[in-house]
Amino acid sequence: MDIIVEGIRQAFILLFTFDPEVLGITWFSLKVSGTATFISLFLGMSVGTVVALTQFPGRRLVVTLINTGMGLPPVVVGLFVTIFLWRNGPFGILEILYTPTAMIIAQAIIATPIVMGISLAAIQHLPRKLRLQILALGATRLQMTMILIREARLPLLAAVMAGFGGVISEVGASIMVGGNIKGYTRVLTTATVMETSRGNFDIAIALSIILLLFAYLINLVLTTIQQRERPR
Amino acid sequence: MTTILEARNLKVIRGGSLLVDVPDLAIFEGETLSLIGPNGAGKTTLLQALSFLTKPSGGEILFRGQAVGTNHRALEYRRRLAMVFQEPLLFDTTVFENVASGPKIRRLGAEAIRKAVAEQLNRFGISHLRDRSARTLSGGEAQRTSLARAFAIQPEILFLDEPFASLDPPTREAIIVDLGKAIAETGTTTAIATHDRNEALRLSDRIAMMDGGRIVQIGSPSDVMNRPVDELVAAFVGIETILHGLVREKQEGSILVDVDGSEIEVAGDLEAGTSVILCIRPENVTLSLSPPASPTSVRNVFPGRIRRITPLGLVVKVEIACGFPLVAYVTGNAAEDLNLREGNEVTAQFKATSIHLCQKKSACKT
Repeated sequence: MDIIVEGIRQAFILLFTFDPEVLGITWFSLKVSGTATFISLFLGMSVGTVVALTQFPGRRLVVTLINTGMGLPPVVVGLFVTIFLWRNGPFGILEILYTPTAMIIAQAIIATPIVMGISLAAIQHLPRKLRLQILALGATRLQMTMILIREARLPLLAAVMAGFGGVISEVGASIMVGGNIKGYTRVLTTATVMETSRGNFDIAIALSIILLLFAYLINLVLTTIQQRERPR
Repeated sequence: MTTILEARNLKVIRGGSLLVDVPDLAIFEGETLSLIGPNGAGKTTLLQALSFLTKPSGGEILFRGQAVGTNHRALEYRRRLAMVFQEPLLFDTTVFENVASGPKIRRLGAEAIRKAVAEQLNRFGISHLRDRSARTLSGGEAQRTSLARAFAIQPEILFLDEPFASLDPPTREAIIVDLGKAIAETGTTTAIATHDRNEALRLSDRIAMMDGGRIVQIGSPSDVMNRPVDELVAAFVGIETILHGLVREKQEGSILVDVDGSEIEVAGDLEAGTSVILCIRPENVTLSLSPPASPTSVRNVFPGRIRRITPLGLVVKVEIACGFPLVAYVTGNAAEDLNLREGNEVTAQFKATSIHLCQKKSACKT
């Protein structure tokens, strides 16, 4: 019990004294996961919207694959990114394994299906007749797509949040392709794993509190979005 | 009359079934045409095909004499029409932005947009809702916004698909009045799909009755209401008594029709032996307690027994068995004066000229 109480006390001291190491890891985590989310936003939203708005043979299969991708295990992604970036792997020549770039790639691969799946559902969930209404207002296909995206902006924001939430909290891929190098590829989750294994519970708890705070903020936004109603 | 929109051999086939089959339909500039018919008659599909929101499977649509078909033409056509659905389908933004969406899609200038929106908000009595979020509107306010949005682009033709179906009666009433005024003031050609014949009667210059994807009758409201071409149209336009009979005798200006052994005189000119359908509107049947003492001009006098009495708001529906089933509408007061009760004896009368004749599945005469 003492361990926990002392750990929490120390954790708050670290947080409120703006411990440079904790701050640095937090900032770096945000940078890596933010960049990865941004990339997944482009890929996920564009493909998700196209799949939502078009009919083609094999569409069901594509939707199933995207939905499966939403639950992609980070360690599997980590494994494959590692293999591809390995010195004598297909992209070994780039020499980016154990760099932040490798982490961003792995996290983007994890986040993209999440963003894609939620975008797809969000656009598909708009009333079917809304498309006809927009066309009847004289919109071109591009204008219609832009209006639909604007209409689905809240669920799309949810997609972004879910994608970000997924990657900031994953540890498997980051540790495999980043290597948890101090001051270079160490993020909140990998640092927590390491500090815990070393018995440094104070730092581990401080890092966990920051992670929990992110989780809370993300869910706060998601819940607010879910509770809103569509106009008639 | 100038034809603004014409459909030729228009067919819509979905999943192997023929949803719309209209060999020829012309909509005239400035008129209001109602498509009426039961659910599933193809009204909505026809409207969507006419507005090119659903691509027809066959045939062509001519707007002001030019075929709409290629993508470019379709967009150009869509920019000259407007459509309002049963659901308001508003965007998740303010009322102003909703009404401004059509002009914005056309990239009009800010000043032109502001003016167009203000005019329509005013027309539909929603200026005070200008900055409200569409999410907070009531059903009636939302449908007014949707109508204002349609009028804001000054459409050359306006399509309305059951626009009042989900509104409560007082709201519907108020919106019908405002819409009627808007159509009259702007002279907008309008095609409206509705399953409510009263709405159709109030707004239309012409009514087209649809069934099974086809237009089975098109004409002036009084034509369709009083001279339906067949039993189905008759039943839909509120003719409660539809009788099958055989012409027994041809007289001067009228015929005698045998219906289950009763003889009914009908104004008309048909040869003896012809099978006919008689349509008698319930408003044209009068009831009395005893047969008229002195001879009247009314030949069709039938004593009978009241089978059922159903109050319908302003009128009371009385079903009588008088050798054949007959339905009469009387006012509530009249029903009380006559002391109408189920099982009582009563005498029904109707004029020979108030009966509409259909020959089975062909042209009709009155």
